[in-house]
Amino acid sequence: MAKHLITATVNGDEVEYTCRAGETLLDVLRTNLQMTGTKNGCGTGDCGACTVVLNGRPVNSCLVLGAEVEGAEIETIEGMATGGELHPLQQKFLDHAALQCGVCTPGFLNMAKALLEANPDPTETEVRFGLAGNLCRCTGYDKIVRAVLDAAAEMRANA
Amino acid sequence: MNEISNKRPISNYKFVGQATPRPDGVDKVTGRARYGDDMIVPGMLYAKILRSPHAHAQILSIDTSKAEALKGVKAVMTGADIPTHPLAQPPYPPIIQDFHDLGLNIMARDKALYDGHAVAAVAATSDAIAREALKLIAVDYEVLPFVLDPYKAAQPDAPVLHDDQYTDGTGPDTDKPSNVFRVLGGERGDLEAGFADADVVIERTFTSEPVHQGYIEPMACLATTSEDGGVELWTSTQGHFVARTLLSKLLKMEMAKVWVTASEIGGGFGGKTTLYAEPIAVILSQKTGRPVRATLTRPEVFRATGPAAGSYCRIKMGVKNDGTITAGEADIWYQAGAFKGSPVGRAVETFFSPYNIPNMRAAAYDVCVNRPKVAAYRAPGAPMATFAAEGVLNELAERIGMDPVEIRLKNAVKEGGESLKGHKHGRIGLIEVLEEVKAHPHYKAAIGANQGRGFAVGYWLHGGGLSSASVILQDDGTVSVATGNPDIGGSRSSMRAMAAEELGLDVELVKPIIADTGSVPYSYQTAGSRTTYATGMAVINAARDVIDKLRDIAARKWEIATEDVRWDSGHALPPDARKGDIEPLSLKELAAMATKMGGAVAGHSEINATGQGAAFCAQLVDVEIDPETGFTATKRYTIFQDVGRAISPDYVEGQMQGGAVQGIGWALNEEYIYDAKGCLQNTGFLDYRMPVASDVPMIDTVIVEVPNPNHPYGVRGVGEPPLVSAPAAVANAVENAVGKPMSNLPLSSPKVLKAIEEVAAGN
Repeated sequence: MAKHLITATVNGDEVEYTCRAGETLLDVLRTNLQMTGTKNGCGTGDCGACTVVLNGRPVNSCLVLGAEVEGAEIETIEGMATGGELHPLQQKFLDHAALQCGVCTPGFLNMAKALLEANPDPTETEVRFGLAGNLCRCTGYDKIVRAVLDAAAEMRANA
Repeated sequence: MNEISNKRPISNYKFVGQATPRPDGVDKVTGRARYGDDMIVPGMLYAKILRSPHAHAQILSIDTSKAEALKGVKAVMTGADIPTHPLAQPPYPPIIQDFHDLGLNIMARDKALYDGHAVAAVAATSDAIAREALKLIAVDYEVLPFVLDPYKAAQPDAPVLHDDQYTDGTGPDTDKPSNVFRVLGGERGDLEAGFADADVVIERTFTSEPVHQGYIEPMACLATTSEDGGVELWTSTQGHFVARTLLSKLLKMEMAKVWVTASEIGGGFGGKTTLYAEPIAVILSQKTGRPVRATLTRPEVFRATGPAAGSYCRIKMGVKNDGTITAGEADIWYQAGAFKGSPVGRAVETFFSPYNIPNMRAAAYDVCVNRPKVAAYRAPGAPMATFAAEGVLNELAERIGMDPVEIRLKNAVKEGGESLKGHKHGRIGLIEVLEEVKAHPHYKAAIGANQGRGFAVGYWLHGGGLSSASVILQDDGTVSVATGNPDIGGSRSSMRAMAAEELGLDVELVKPIIADTGSVPYSYQTAGSRTTYATGMAVINAARDVIDKLRDIAARKWEIATEDVRWDSGHALPPDARKGDIEPLSLKELAAMATKMGGAVAGHSEINATGQGAAFCAQLVDVEIDPETGFTATKRYTIFQDVGRAISPDYVEGQMQGGAVQGIGWALNEEYIYDAKGCLQNTGFLDYRMPVASDVPMIDTVIVEVPNPNHPYGVRGVGEPPLVSAPAAVANAVENAVGKPMSNLPLSSPKVLKAIEEVAAGN
């Protein structure tokens, strides 16, 4: 099977990898680049655990091919905290106990980050619908929604 | 917006009952935490499993030669590679661990017993090659008749899964193989007299479908074996000691040579308490001499790992007009899946246990069907039985015109009461829970058009059992706490809070870790709501052991007797008579002295925790039904639970909220859909529809603390009780909105719409 040589930017760093046509961006991140912070919950775009930000938009990385991100900017959970400081969303997830097992958390954080960039002052309903593509089986979503609303308020105050 | 109380008692402790930072929190919000599939080692091979496309089929032959010849394939295995074991023999314990079944469930030998049953596996240098190789394995099947429904499977004309399984003590057909493995039951009083005494008797039939635990992380493990018989296993499990024991017995290996480390675990809810891919990874590693990682796909998780049992239940209860329950009788048939082992004992224990009922009988049938073998799911066996019993009780209350909380207060079990299976209650908090319901604004709030309110109570006797802990004092005065229980939902926070509280040390100076099977003694699984109770007790004991050793160091320093040294707030204190003459020594000072006074200090504890107390959980839920479509929306939800003592209240609330939402899914959406050939059709989250954020409201919580006197801080099990009564409460809300009894879960939109139409037509 033919392989593609791809150059992209992941969390600000240029990366180069080869991949087969059938390999997904999720496979590439986890296997080729050994960045395992992005999680595989289903492989069919139903659970959101593999959410990353691709050219500013949240995507299920299991539904993107590794070969189609040539020249793209990709943000993953590994790049969310900067300069030794957690992102406000990361901190609020901890403050509100918005994770239990934590395996869905990277996907939720990326989706919430993209949500707040598009809508810095969402209602509870907007947060719930904005996160409806991300499954969490542990928390019942209550504390996740609170964490996102609280992070939004803090980010607005500091904007 | 609903008024949210999130009521919690005030804690007088410094760390216990307070919000403390989560020890594993930063790793989990930054992507550093390593789960089962996150371990990568040099030379690693990838395992993939071939599965039966038939619900029931004889395996005539398996030809692996073409797969073996594929470049990059390093080994192929079949069921013949797993050692055989004899069937377990009676008398059977309440929970059977049958290695005969375990081996055959991990990989079929002669017969595939369900769609998705593993039949072969390969190890290859890449995931893609391994998947390609599966297509080259030729299996010749003879398709057999199948059965999916537990009640039908229990009938004499049903296709039989196992020709060597006979019903254990149930009547005349014991000479004939049967899908019914056993019937467990219990009886008390005079049932006939009890029903004769009742003014109203209701008899109903309830059914529920199997539901999956739905953990977001599919099972994954990495096995590394060596020529000297050593096995290293990294796996996503609720109990690595149990995994070690099962694996070493199944594959006939020496226990100490099997060294298991628990990865971070991405949810379990009971589903990760047995083995699936681990023995396959070990065998493929032994065949290749290389590390082998095996990760299940989501469809494999649905097709081949254990859901909660589906059920068929006939139940009858009677009350007097004053609300006194006079009798209860229930029979329930549980789908065990392809091998025996559904939670029949828990069903019997659960049916009538919140109430003092003088006359009762309950029986539960463990029935094999052509579906994946069930596994534990959060209070295994209890939600289905509670759905039936609470459903009938709510209908009885309505018939006699009594408030649903009042009828429960009238019959509530108290200290000194005894469950059907003979558990004698110590101090329990059902009445306190019910009083909180009555006092809550939700209870009296008005409900709108097309809405209904539901209520149910659940009973759960949580686990105790074997646990261990080591509390290790470093010479700078910081502390490591090692236990053998995987942390699924924040238990490290609780272990740390209890150790810090005992030692009088700030939580930030205490680091809890999950130790591997070689580093601390045996600890049973993180299951049965037992970890904060039992392993917490071991941590407390081990911390107290450290304190005793530090008192001894102080005594030697001060040249007084150890029993004269007191410990308070992280300091060794001299007796009152010597105050002013001797200065107290802090834990940090004592830690620095220790290595010069006999050696490093650590405390240890290995216990078999008993004395666990029953926990009760009540749930109040409002739903709104769209009369056009039958779609049910959950509008308001309040959950009340006696937790004994909330060590980490944030995570206690999280357990309550998460359990409630799993119950919403169980009641409204989740079910397995099979085609006419017995193959599972909804093998992904798109069609197996679990609740998402937009489906649910904020879940209000009321933490009730009636401490269990048998635990130093009063802990009761927290994780399971929230699911016990959730499906019952949601279903009750739906039937109140619709206006007729609703007895078949899930209450999906088509079913609800049909009921609305029946009510409108006057049926």
